[in-house]
Amino acid sequence: MRIFLEQMLNGLTIGSFYALIALGYSMVYGVMKLINFAHGDLFTLGSYLGFTLLVWGNAYVTSHVGLAGGMIAAMLIAAIGIGTAGIIVERIAYRPIYPAGRLPAVVSALGVSIFLENIIMVLWGPRYQAYPVNVVPTLRFEIGGIHITLLQIVILIFSFILLAILYYIVQKTTFGAAIRASALDRDTAALMGININTIIFFVFALGPALGGTAGVMVGMYYRQISFTMGWNYGLKAFTATILGGIGNIPGAMVGGLLLGIFEMLGSAYVSTAYKDVFVFLILILVLIFRPRGLLGEKVAEKV
Amino acid sequence: MKSNKNIILKNWPIFIVIIILSVSPFMMNNYWIDVFFFFGIYALLGLSLNIVLGEVGLFDLGHMGFMAIGAYTTAILNTHFGIPIIFLIPISAMAAAGFAWLVCSPIIHLRGDYLAIVTIGMGEIIRLTLINNPFGITGGPNGVFGIDFLSFGGPLVIDSSIESYFVIWIVVGLTILALINLQRSRIGRAWNCIREDEIAAESTGIDVRYYKLLAFVLGAGLAGIAGNIYASKLMIVSPESFSFMESCMLFCIVLIGGMGSIPGIIIGSAAVSLFPEIFRAFARYRMLIFGAAMVIMMVFRPGGIWPRKRGSVEFKSLLTKAGEDNV
Repeated sequence: MRIFLEQMLNGLTIGSFYALIALGYSMVYGVMKLINFAHGDLFTLGSYLGFTLLVWGNAYVTSHVGLAGGMIAAMLIAAIGIGTAGIIVERIAYRPIYPAGRLPAVVSALGVSIFLENIIMVLWGPRYQAYPVNVVPTLRFEIGGIHITLLQIVILIFSFILLAILYYIVQKTTFGAAIRASALDRDTAALMGININTIIFFVFALGPALGGTAGVMVGMYYRQISFTMGWNYGLKAFTATILGGIGNIPGAMVGGLLLGIFEMLGSAYVSTAYKDVFVFLILILVLIFRPRGLLGEKVAEKV
Repeated sequence: MKSNKNIILKNWPIFIVIIILSVSPFMMNNYWIDVFFFFGIYALLGLSLNIVLGEVGLFDLGHMGFMAIGAYTTAILNTHFGIPIIFLIPISAMAAAGFAWLVCSPIIHLRGDYLAIVTIGMGEIIRLTLINNPFGITGGPNGVFGIDFLSFGGPLVIDSSIESYFVIWIVVGLTILALINLQRSRIGRAWNCIREDEIAAESTGIDVRYYKLLAFVLGAGLAGIAGNIYASKLMIVSPESFSFMESCMLFCIVLIGGMGSIPGIIIGSAAVSLFPEIFRAFARYRMLIFGAAMVIMMVFRPGGIWPRKRGSVEFKSLLTKAGEDNV
């Protein structure tokens, strides 16, 4: 039982990364109907940005605002930087292609992904980079027999705050209603007076910003980042998006958390080597039996 | 005699390409012959994906998985049971096609992006399973090595770069001939109809499920043949050759070239396989340039380099009697 709960906790931690990245995929897909393959690499870029800030600015930040301040600053700057990068990517690589249909945009997204991956390699070098150890003090607590580290608590708190904020924006505000309306039917939404360009702008800023923050968290959690990790996380996060129903924002959150838990329980109780196989098997089974995702509602086929 | 002359005159660019391809290896060093061999492999894979993606419009982002099935079938049967490579060509094609039939049957009703995701998952499952070395036959991350060369019996062994170059390009040539025939047949028209409007196709009596599965099975079979040639040329297969990235490259070949356009696919595979070699001088910047080129390409020519003209089929006169075309 203790092992089960600890694995659940690990799963939740990883799942919160997936959820944060998945939101970017889901929002962009909802509004643009485009699988943004560059999203995984924007996430990696965020991780490297945070790494640079924490390593170079470590001494300065620690002496001025303390460790916690430094960490928050790293996440904030990564979020702002990657949000900007997302907007630039949309402007240069996607916007000119929209009239041509969806498939050219997929190739363009893959091109951006290759470009970003290699620009990270050129700027930071092809080797693994190690995050500083002392960002969060390595403390270990025991609550009811379950071991939990301070780092995990910090990560869980931060990611759940972010998820809650996003949930509030999307589900409770007028602006969120506009995003949901555009995801349902872009043309009708435009006729109802929603400025689609603003929506696209925010979606491409907000999604990558969350991904960049997740990048910093992944760096702190695993302490090791590489320029190719975007593919793996991107693919998992995308699986999470499908699990929750593509284009469905609360679905992406639930899907991410579920996927993290599946992965951890699978590697704890079945086989570590095959854990990714289970992830993809679950994905395929969900798509066969519930093609609209676990939380997705049934949509009638349009003719 | 007159008709033969006409065929050559009408299709002079094709014959020039054929002549260049058959003369050029004698003027290149072994390195570039091998580069052109991989160009041929990509062309064959591009053509096989073109059946699924270009003709029917099914998003297949796990196509390398089918090639992996073909390559591993060849590798395992050859190294463990000593079956000659030449007999394994149809066997790997059938293994890949059978696998495609088995796996795609339950997912064939999915549309667009959903199908793309499932095929990504399928490709990744194949790769991860190969890495995990089930029953100790796939050799884990190292792969299987010591595969024989292709041999036609006696002294006819394909063991030099130039010979394998000709093998792959002859296979590509035969495939192109077959595909042109297919494009102009009832099957090809049914495929294109499904691509343009699936519901309309269904309502005109086309068995959509059957034709979609047929496309997957044929595409996978071709990819299996590519896997066989690849395995016997390199003598080693390892899971990392069949990554998701490679499947994406195939997807790009079809879209960069132009969906459903055979000359486009050849140009697309040239772009993907030769571009990084030509820009080797830029060392670490070359993939960066490649990514940027993909974006620029799509911005300025979203339909591909050589898009297929709707309603007309290229090389029309190559297979019909010249007299009919003059009418």
